[in-house]
Amino acid sequence: MAGTIVQFENVGLRYGTGAETLSDLSFSLRSGGFYFLTGPSGAGKTSLLKLLYLAQRPSRGLIRLFGEDIVTMPRKRLPGFRRRIGVVFQDFRLVPHLSAFDNIALPLRVAGVEERDLATPVQEMLAWVGLADRSSARPATLSGGEQQRVAIARAVIARPELLVADEPTGNVDPEMALRLLHLFDALNKLGTTVVVATHDLHLLARIARADMLRLDRGQLADPTGALRNPPRRAEA
Amino acid sequence: MRISSGRFGPADRRLLPEGRIAGPMPWVIAIMMFLTVLAAALGLGLRNAAASLDVNVGHRITVQIVEANPDERERQSQAVLEALGAQPGVLSARRVPDAELAELLEPWLGPAGVAADLPVPSLIDADLTPEAHLEVEALRRAVAAAAPAARVDDNAQWLAPLAGLVAALKWLSIGLVLLMVGATAATVVLAARAALDTHRSTIEVLHLMGATDVQVARLFQRRIALDALFGSLIGLTAAAAVLYLIGSRVSALGSELLGSAELPASAWAILMSLPVAGVLLAMLVARLTILRALGRLL
Repeated sequence: MAGTIVQFENVGLRYGTGAETLSDLSFSLRSGGFYFLTGPSGAGKTSLLKLLYLAQRPSRGLIRLFGEDIVTMPRKRLPGFRRRIGVVFQDFRLVPHLSAFDNIALPLRVAGVEERDLATPVQEMLAWVGLADRSSARPATLSGGEQQRVAIARAVIARPELLVADEPTGNVDPEMALRLLHLFDALNKLGTTVVVATHDLHLLARIARADMLRLDRGQLADPTGALRNPPRRAEA
Repeated sequence: MRISSGRFGPADRRLLPEGRIAGPMPWVIAIMMFLTVLAAALGLGLRNAAASLDVNVGHRITVQIVEANPDERERQSQAVLEALGAQPGVLSARRVPDAELAELLEPWLGPAGVAADLPVPSLIDADLTPEAHLEVEALRRAVAAAAPAARVDDNAQWLAPLAGLVAALKWLSIGLVLLMVGATAATVVLAARAALDTHRSTIEVLHLMGATDVQVARLFQRRIALDALFGSLIGLTAAAAVLYLIGSRVSALGSELLGSAELPASAWAILMSLPVAGVLLAMLVARLTILRALGRLL
């Protein structure tokens, strides 16, 4: 389908022999779209994101990412796809012995960007998230909010085509949350598809053009799309 | 942005924390290398000794003229020398000088005993070609015809048990080297697995950012190679010191047989190359172990 970056068809995910964490998910995300993924705790938001950033393969169903079937894709092709995806993990997953600078530079180094080309974009990104003066600080010396900003900077530094963020504003104050959302918004306007999992209803109202996917007990609560675009309603 | 090849550069080596990758691994490799070098030196020395035995005395016969009458003994000795000289395949025949015989007997008889008018058999050493050695019975007949009092001793007969021992020790040393290689590989496997466990979270992050298995494996393989090099050089240095000490003791003994086990330059070159082989082995094993472990991730 033209303009579609993610397509799920009857996707189910089961860990081990337990019950399905995700069931019968069918939806598509258009390229360049901005999506909020909401739902109560345990609804399966993080599991859905794991499917999106290729940390899991589904137990059943079809997932097409960037136009290709990633369910049957050979393992050796996956790294190339992962480099097109930026991820903000709920627990940040910063590398503890690396400085903020080196953590942010990680995706560029993985992609093989030469050392002399790293400094400018990483410094710019540090400044953008308000951590220009903490570039050599290690994660253990950063506050939770600062760590989260480093994680976000790391996720967006390589200008991914798809940005997946799991509760990206959970540890920052409202002002910083808004600033980070504007960062996502700016990236989205540059063409990056953004998927943000959040509980924060205030955020939903901030991006008027955003669509919402609501998960409940592993299933889309709004399979027909009737509940989409609730931010404007929430504002009202 | 300029994109380099798919390998991490020097700055990216910080992706794993600095310092030793798995505490005791360099020291275990040092011990393995120490024992490997000693076992290899034993094998190489024995190979040299075996070759020396074969060349120097393996194809030699000794003729004894057991005759009490000195004139007759002298006559038969000359006859044997002439008979041997006429045989094809006899490279050289030499009568052992009386002074040399006296020197050989002195430890048993003492200076006074040798000086006494004791009838001592005369000895004739003859070096043969390997082909002539196969026809030693024909030589016996020729010698018997020339000198009825002659006895022919084939050195190969009494050397056979010694040669067997040398060959067995040589195989033992090869076995020991192979065991050490196996133990070193097992050590590296354990160290690589421990390193993977220690750095699992970093690896997962790299993996999810699109790092290939080979990129991640290179990080570990380089660090393990450095540890292996460090351990190997320590092991080699210690083993070389021990070999030097043993060599100096053997030289002091003045034994021809033990002296023939001295290591030639080519053997030292082989021993010196063992650390390089150890590092390459460690890198290969680490790479395979890590690639296999990473293959279990999505």
